[in-house]
Amino acid sequence: MLNVLGVRIHQKKRTIPFPQSEPVLPDRFRGRPQIESSRCSSGCHRCVDTCPTDAISFNSNKITIDLGRCLFCGECSAICPEQAIRYTTDYRLAVRRREELVMSSNELSLATALQEESRRLFGRSLKLREVSAAGCNACEADVNVLNTVVFDLGRFGIQFVASPRHADGILITGCVSRNMLLGLKKTYEAIPDPKIVIAVGACAISGGPFIDHPEIHNGAGAILPVDLYVPGCPPHPMTILDGLLRLLGNIR
Amino acid sequence: MNTNSICVIRNGEIIPLAHIPLISISEFRDTVIEKVASGARISAFWGQPSGKAVRLFAILAQDKYATLALLSTEVESSYPSLTPNCVQAHWFEREIAEQWSVTPTGHPWLKPIRFHPSYRTGRDPSAVTGEQIGLTDFFQVGGAEIHEVAVGPVHAGIIEPGHFRFQCHGENVYHLEISLGYQHRGIERGLMEQPAKRRIHLIECSAGDTTIGHATAYCHAIEALSGCQAPARAVFLRGIALELERLANHTGDLGALAGDVGYLPSMSYCGRIRVDFLNATALLCGSRFGRGLIRPGGISLDVDESRVKELLRHLNKASEDVTEAVELMFDSPSVLARFEGTGEITPQTCRDLGLVGPMARACGERLDVRHDFPNGIFRFSQIPISTWHTGDVFSRALVRWLEMQRSIQFIRDQLNMIPDTGLRTEIGSLPPDTLAVSMVEGWRGEICHIATTDQQGELTHYKIIDPSFHNWFGLAIALRGQQISDFPLCNKSANLSYCGHDL
Repeated sequence: MLNVLGVRIHQKKRTIPFPQSEPVLPDRFRGRPQIESSRCSSGCHRCVDTCPTDAISFNSNKITIDLGRCLFCGECSAICPEQAIRYTTDYRLAVRRREELVMSSNELSLATALQEESRRLFGRSLKLREVSAAGCNACEADVNVLNTVVFDLGRFGIQFVASPRHADGILITGCVSRNMLLGLKKTYEAIPDPKIVIAVGACAISGGPFIDHPEIHNGAGAILPVDLYVPGCPPHPMTILDGLLRLLGNIR
Repeated sequence: MNTNSICVIRNGEIIPLAHIPLISISEFRDTVIEKVASGARISAFWGQPSGKAVRLFAILAQDKYATLALLSTEVESSYPSLTPNCVQAHWFEREIAEQWSVTPTGHPWLKPIRFHPSYRTGRDPSAVTGEQIGLTDFFQVGGAEIHEVAVGPVHAGIIEPGHFRFQCHGENVYHLEISLGYQHRGIERGLMEQPAKRRIHLIECSAGDTTIGHATAYCHAIEALSGCQAPARAVFLRGIALELERLANHTGDLGALAGDVGYLPSMSYCGRIRVDFLNATALLCGSRFGRGLIRPGGISLDVDESRVKELLRHLNKASEDVTEAVELMFDSPSVLARFEGTGEITPQTCRDLGLVGPMARACGERLDVRHDFPNGIFRFSQIPISTWHTGDVFSRALVRWLEMQRSIQFIRDQLNMIPDTGLRTEIGSLPPDTLAVSMVEGWRGEICHIATTDQQGELTHYKIIDPSFHNWFGLAIALRGQQISDFPLCNKSANLSYCGHDL
């Protein structure tokens, strides 16, 4: 018993004081890209050719990145001779509408809060059901990690529950395989109205690296009405937490 | 047995397709059965289209001799199943039947494993492929007092989908059947059909928690084919990343095991310390899962002296914390009472099923690719095999902890002697009609990749075998005679990959 207490003291309190203070992310973390189209003088389009998910395009000489497809692999940045694309350590990436993920300037319309009535219902207690629909266990792991003492999701009133009947919404990871379509739909239908839908990761938003495989449905967007998109492959837990708190109006 | 019926290669080597013995199905069958009976293990057994026929290949790991026996045969629409004489072939034959519409006649339990249409055009798939996932004849136990429990595909926690069907008498499980395929994303076909620039990303996502393991196996295969060597510096950093991946996942598993028996202190600490190990990987490459680090020809990012020091500091702190957290758990009688004797697998069952990784080592089997078939960093630095003999949940937990201690020491040693070379070499063209075998000991066990090129030297077939492919059936067997309430504990002690199996 004394041993247990000793270890408890030694392991200390490790919950990060978010959102009161900014988290420290590794210097090599690849978050929101910084686009400087003016640097792109040669127009070599190597970034377009190298992007594994064809997330990059040119619109009247301006570089456009679809963060819904982006794997944040950084290969565009590495190949660009002019450094027109750089990845910053800004982890705040979640948005409310799919088209807001298509970035041509460096502004991202970060997620706004739910409407007043939904916030009254969910603002202090949001129960979510997680469905992995052909996720690779990276997004799942980084959602799960929010339950550890580091992030302590429960202090924000957000909890993952074991039945859709207990849930206010659904959090989807994975590209939605054909074999998970029915399971996903049934889970959604079993959640009482009103309900919200959160898509986490490039797969759930667009299909990610599996885009257009005949075995998948290119993400949740075509199947369910998504309220929050959290891009990344996988998104950093801070990105997910930031998105959830913005949706509930805890961060503005 | 004719010695010309097999050829022998080593991990990370290539062989021209023409040099692989193509023998009759009866000779193929006899050779595999005989070799497995005398101690070899089926590492891979798969089909590839060959004109109108299907060419079946088998790779038999001869762990004691560090060699791989390779043999092949051609079949049309059916062949006599190996499974009745060689249980290890069971799951492989189901996969072959589903992918290529080839019926292994006499297979005792022929049904789909992933529920997808046949890859072979113009064939009636109805015999072996399922039209809709989950609709299949589950093995049932009869009797008035027997009841059936169905779990999944969507699970209660934040985990991947799969279906479990228990045949119970009261609390006792007589039989568990595990039905997967919900995660099937078509990776093997995607590797061939989608643009080549996507390949490494598909590989990294084949099992996202084993990004480094699978990416390393892929790169070894491509490098072997092109005849290039990754620079020594890259080889060392790949090895360090592989062991960091093992540390993060083993820590997470030990914490989750503590959680499953209600021992919250170790659960909380390990959950947090796992993040510390993931952050160490992020220090190397920005991604907690090692995305973007391992690339054909080497690695993408270098480390300078200050980063090595920072990594070492991270590692030392995390290892101090995890030692305390894990020892607390192993010192607690209430934890041991739940771990010991639960979900036992005998060494004989382990060998019969061909289990790999910590699950096999927890049955006392001395199997470890790092030791038996060393490639990459393990050609220069050895890591001892960690085993325990009791085959239960305790054994699987303890083996993880023993391995972690070895990995921590290994990384500490390697960080002091990273060679000063380049990071990446160019990948040249690939030779025509050649096959490469690449094995890596991922944190779950043996990862095996097989790449084949066509006449033009383009990749024409790619096979991925995640350790979970070998081990899922072991979990089902471990549950026999257990209480159903111990399923979460047994499941977590194996912690197998759904997507790695389903691909």
